[in-house]
Amino acid sequence: MFEQLFTVTAIVGIIHSGIRLATPYLFASLGEMFAQRSGVVNLGVEGIMLMGAFSGYYVVLITGNPWLGLLVALIVGALLGLLMAVISVTMQAEQGISGIGLTLFGVGLSSLLFKVLVGSPTGVSGFQPVEIPVLSSIPIIGDLFFDYEIPTYIAFLLVPISLYVLMRTTLGLKIRAVGQNPQAADSLGVSVPRVRYATVIFGGAMAGVAGASLSIGIIDIFQENMTNGMGFIAVALVYFGGWRPLGVLAGALLFSMVNSLQLWAQVLNLPISPDFAVMLPYILTIVVLALTARQIRQPAALTKPYERGD
Amino acid sequence: MRKLSLFMGLLVVVAMFIGACAAPVAPAAPATEAAEAATEAAAPAGEPFKIALIMPSTTTDYSWSQSIYDGLKAVQTEMGGEGALEIAVSENMFQVADAGNAIRDYATNGYDLVIAHGAQYGNPLFEVAKDFPETSFAWGTTTNTGADQGLANVFAYEPAAQEGGYLNGVAAALLSDKNVIGVVGPVEAGDAKLYINGFVAGVKATEPDTAVNVTYTGQFGDTALAAEAANTQIEAGADVLTGSAQQVVGAIQTAKDKGVYWFGSQSDQAPLATDIVVTSVVYDWTKVIKDMIESHNAGTLGGKVFTMTLNDGGQTMVYNDQSTVPAEKMAEIKTAVEAAAKGIQDGSIVPAK
Repeated sequence: MFEQLFTVTAIVGIIHSGIRLATPYLFASLGEMFAQRSGVVNLGVEGIMLMGAFSGYYVVLITGNPWLGLLVALIVGALLGLLMAVISVTMQAEQGISGIGLTLFGVGLSSLLFKVLVGSPTGVSGFQPVEIPVLSSIPIIGDLFFDYEIPTYIAFLLVPISLYVLMRTTLGLKIRAVGQNPQAADSLGVSVPRVRYATVIFGGAMAGVAGASLSIGIIDIFQENMTNGMGFIAVALVYFGGWRPLGVLAGALLFSMVNSLQLWAQVLNLPISPDFAVMLPYILTIVVLALTARQIRQPAALTKPYERGD
Repeated sequence: MRKLSLFMGLLVVVAMFIGACAAPVAPAAPATEAAEAATEAAAPAGEPFKIALIMPSTTTDYSWSQSIYDGLKAVQTEMGGEGALEIAVSENMFQVADAGNAIRDYATNGYDLVIAHGAQYGNPLFEVAKDFPETSFAWGTTTNTGADQGLANVFAYEPAAQEGGYLNGVAAALLSDKNVIGVVGPVEAGDAKLYINGFVAGVKATEPDTAVNVTYTGQFGDTALAAEAANTQIEAGADVLTGSAQQVVGAIQTAKDKGVYWFGSQSDQAPLATDIVVTSVVYDWTKVIKDMIESHNAGTLGGKVFTMTLNDGGQTMVYNDQSTVPAEKMAEIKTAVEAAAKGIQDGSIVPAK
């Protein structure tokens, strides 16, 4: 009944789609992971992604330069991250509410700017799939690993870099300390606000890039509200991944692979109801989360504003 | 902390303000301007007819929402501009609760006809319609005018999308060399389902051996998933694609990147990708809107069901002569499509629903 799935075309196709679908989640989730490791939950990811998607798209529409688009998306994301940091770190606002506020802001502003500056959807020529000589032409392997747009490669490179920074550098140690026990970190001379500013700004920048990875990387077009809830899934994937880079990678890949599997299952006319198929990624993610939840320990100071006692 | 809550409040207010600015569109903003213009332009006597439109997506979505907005604008031009017909639009009202508030606001503000452009809006629409018996309401896709609830002021519309789908299917079958065609659908319901069923029937009637693979994304606005669904279809061998809902903007962009032909639905989608969009079956709302206005002015505020068919001009086929399809192939397609259209119109072809 399911033998159509076990052809080279289908298997290569499923992995191919899964890797592309995972790209925006990796950027957004890894960035958010750093923010959360330092104790700040940023629920504004969705809004920042949309602003990144729009600003990157608009720059490419005007200049035709995808690298410049990516850079602008990163800067816009970082600025929105800064806004979140000011609200949640300096002003110590309730993080959940400020994040939702930021999302509303991003959804509204990106739609408004799109309407005023562009009007109706127009395609751009963003990053094209990179054909790496020799490697791309290896059968199967070439298709699987060497036929993506630049942002996808960067997203996957970000995993080992995040792992290294978080676990092997002083900065990573400071981030973890601030998220685990801010008082202790403070008493050792680590500036809690400074570390949190850095991670939240970085998280914003990555959310901006995540949006641009869609609008100028994978799809090459902007449409209002095009992230359609991805930002919230990215936040959920941080919990899923247990605040660890490899866990986030596993979560993003699981969700995306199951999503691409269900797309293929429909294309191959497998006897599965489409309504059930589209639920699969969500169901499976919840099941895995439920089974692994016991082992996950969240940063102790997560969502708690830090105020220095006198 | 006080300073902070003030700041937070401010932020939320700003966010909501921007959200609100984004909701009604630029070209439709003349809600108040139009009223002013109406008093100045003395051309048509009396008050302008006032229509409010609540849509799940945007006026530039290249699909469901844009099609009716374009229709309204055409009727407005025909009637003599804003002095004769005033239009107000609320966009991105996918959430039923938001739409319900908008419906009530427009009814309260004296609009003659309030159109809630989505099958999900039934409950709030009926509730408001009970409270405003002098106002006309319309919604779709549905055939339910609320008559069984004692309502006489609700119009219903349901495009016979299977007819247009059939025509696109006939054309797509002729164009596919690999005999594999892909469909990127939203949710298996409403006019998308009718369109896709008709499309499959059209393909099978023309090339019985051509495979049609259908993917539903479970969403209307998931641009990224629609793009990936199109990718999947192409990797699985499809060389011709079609689809329905506003998210196909993503799928069309993928088709464009991969050089695969696309058949549009709901609105004319050729401007998105001139090279690859071959035809679009377009909903033409002008007649439905004019009928509703006439009916309202004649004192019948609702109770009618409009099916938009090829026969009544509710659906039309738009050919894109600038695509890269060779001219003789395009001529062949036109001949076949016109024959099929004739068959549907005289009843000799009845596309499956």
